[in-house]
Amino acid sequence: MTPKVPPVPPVPNDSSDLERRTGPTQPGGRKTAAVRAAIRNELAAEVAAGREDREVESDHAPVAELQNVWLAFDQPILEDVSFIARRGETTAMVGESGTGKSTTLKLLLRLLVPDRGKVLIDGEDITTLSFDEALKVRQKMGMVFQGAALFDSMTIFENVAYPLREHTDMDEDEIEQRVREKLQIVDLDPDQIMEQLPSELSGGMRKRVGVARGIANNPEIILYDEPTSGLDPLSTGTIARLIMKLQRELGVTSIVVSHDIRAVFRMANKVALLHDHHIPFFGTPEEMAGSEDPYIKDFLGGH
Amino acid sequence: MPIPNSTVAGTPIPPIELSSFPTRLNDAAKSKVLVIQDYFTLAGKALRFIFSRPFYGQDVIQQMDEIGVKSLGIVLLTGLFTGMVLALQASLQLKAFGATMYVGNLVSASMIRELGPVLAGLMVAGRVGSGIAAELGSMRVTEQIDALNTLGTDPIKKLVTPRVVAALIMLPVLTIINDFVGILGGNIIATVNMGLPSAQYWRTIWEQLATDGFAFRYIPNDFIQGLSKPLVFGAIISITACYFGLGTTGGTEGVGQSTTKTVVSASILILIVDYFITQLLLSVLSYG
Repeated sequence: MTPKVPPVPPVPNDSSDLERRTGPTQPGGRKTAAVRAAIRNELAAEVAAGREDREVESDHAPVAELQNVWLAFDQPILEDVSFIARRGETTAMVGESGTGKSTTLKLLLRLLVPDRGKVLIDGEDITTLSFDEALKVRQKMGMVFQGAALFDSMTIFENVAYPLREHTDMDEDEIEQRVREKLQIVDLDPDQIMEQLPSELSGGMRKRVGVARGIANNPEIILYDEPTSGLDPLSTGTIARLIMKLQRELGVTSIVVSHDIRAVFRMANKVALLHDHHIPFFGTPEEMAGSEDPYIKDFLGGH
Repeated sequence: MPIPNSTVAGTPIPPIELSSFPTRLNDAAKSKVLVIQDYFTLAGKALRFIFSRPFYGQDVIQQMDEIGVKSLGIVLLTGLFTGMVLALQASLQLKAFGATMYVGNLVSASMIRELGPVLAGLMVAGRVGSGIAAELGSMRVTEQIDALNTLGTDPIKKLVTPRVVAALIMLPVLTIINDFVGILGGNIIATVNMGLPSAQYWRTIWEQLATDGFAFRYIPNDFIQGLSKPLVFGAIISITACYFGLGTTGGTEGVGQSTTKTVVSASILILIVDYFITQLLLSVLSYG
């Protein structure tokens, strides 16, 4: 006997708006050339919208660099990958899920050591450092984790204060002042949330607290791992604007790993595409949007 | 149904190459040795960090509360009923020889030398070991361990060392309580069931300690046995739990697996190591 299944209501297609303008999707779900062209036009508009916001004054010196890095666990992850992030710029790393984007961040933080190649932070090769020396290099960097990675057992205040307590000899008043300042930068009300636990906040708020903790120690480089994943479009916009604001106001170097190509095009100065263990493309969003490479066109257009 | 021998894309699946038996044995042996090496590396680091800055005193106190104070309930119950059943069984056996007045000797020797440390160890392995593994495992899968590293803190120093120190301190304390409550339970049965006066019962307890001999002139051999064991068990429980917790992979399901592995491994290790400590101490200490 087969169980009775109620008829499934038609799923609203998120490209229906585009379809109305550009014609229907082909059978099998592959979008027509017209739809894909429209998506690319929208991305180009995104690039144009962000252009002014992205301009920075800096000496553009390389701050974080991967040089011919090879890494394999059970399978190869990275093969001969090179990548440069310059001072004051936002460099994004895009690619399909599971291609090793987050791994590159772990290499920069020296949570992982490459099999071959160099990882340079401020011109210093960090692959040969001891554990304690690596801890010092990490203090130059702030990391914003995908799921915020706030410490469950500590209040929001203790979370943001953590790097300060670990690495500075600031007194309690200074710490509180700094925590308040950083929470305000990420548009959170310190008085309201400081004493709450991470579990009491929404996903978007947790992510912003994660950013506040990442910048608490005034790092030179901020690494973002999927900053917009798992958020609604509104929160995504908030976080993307926040990343741009931090870059402008604090003059930091940002490295963003994401598959949200829209957000990346809006905020990044340079985009690196990671595909098949290599970086086949590394350039500006304009260059990427105008690329004729079939894989890049596929990646931007989506199926 | 025919077994498909090619993938959807049409590329043939390469035949699975079975490596020879010696190769597989070699790989298996290597991975086991690697596990043991990792385990002792973690243990070594955790113990070495006890003596190096920065100290996380607050965390040690918090863990002592978590491991020691909150385990008090189950340890009290375990001790009381073990002592009671010990006296009950002994009374049957001793009655045959008309030697019921020696029930205190039996309860004292069994409780202090063996049952106190081992049962406290097993109960704490179940309650605290699983808790530590689950906590560190969740921290691993939600990237909190990576976050600690990124923020310039060594997770071993911040998370493992305080738990090991707390377990090393609290397990002997819990064992002493367990022993005492167990002997008290024996006292209840001896008095109520067998009509043995309390004074007589407690005198036989001391008698037993004295006949088992003294080390360094004043310390009863039984106390040395009874307190060196929980020290080792404390290390086993905390390090095993931290080892599996920190090594968690595979999301929430992985946390469950780490918890199970911790309780099973720690319990078995306790029982095995208990035998060897006993063997060693019996040959070193001069009994009887």
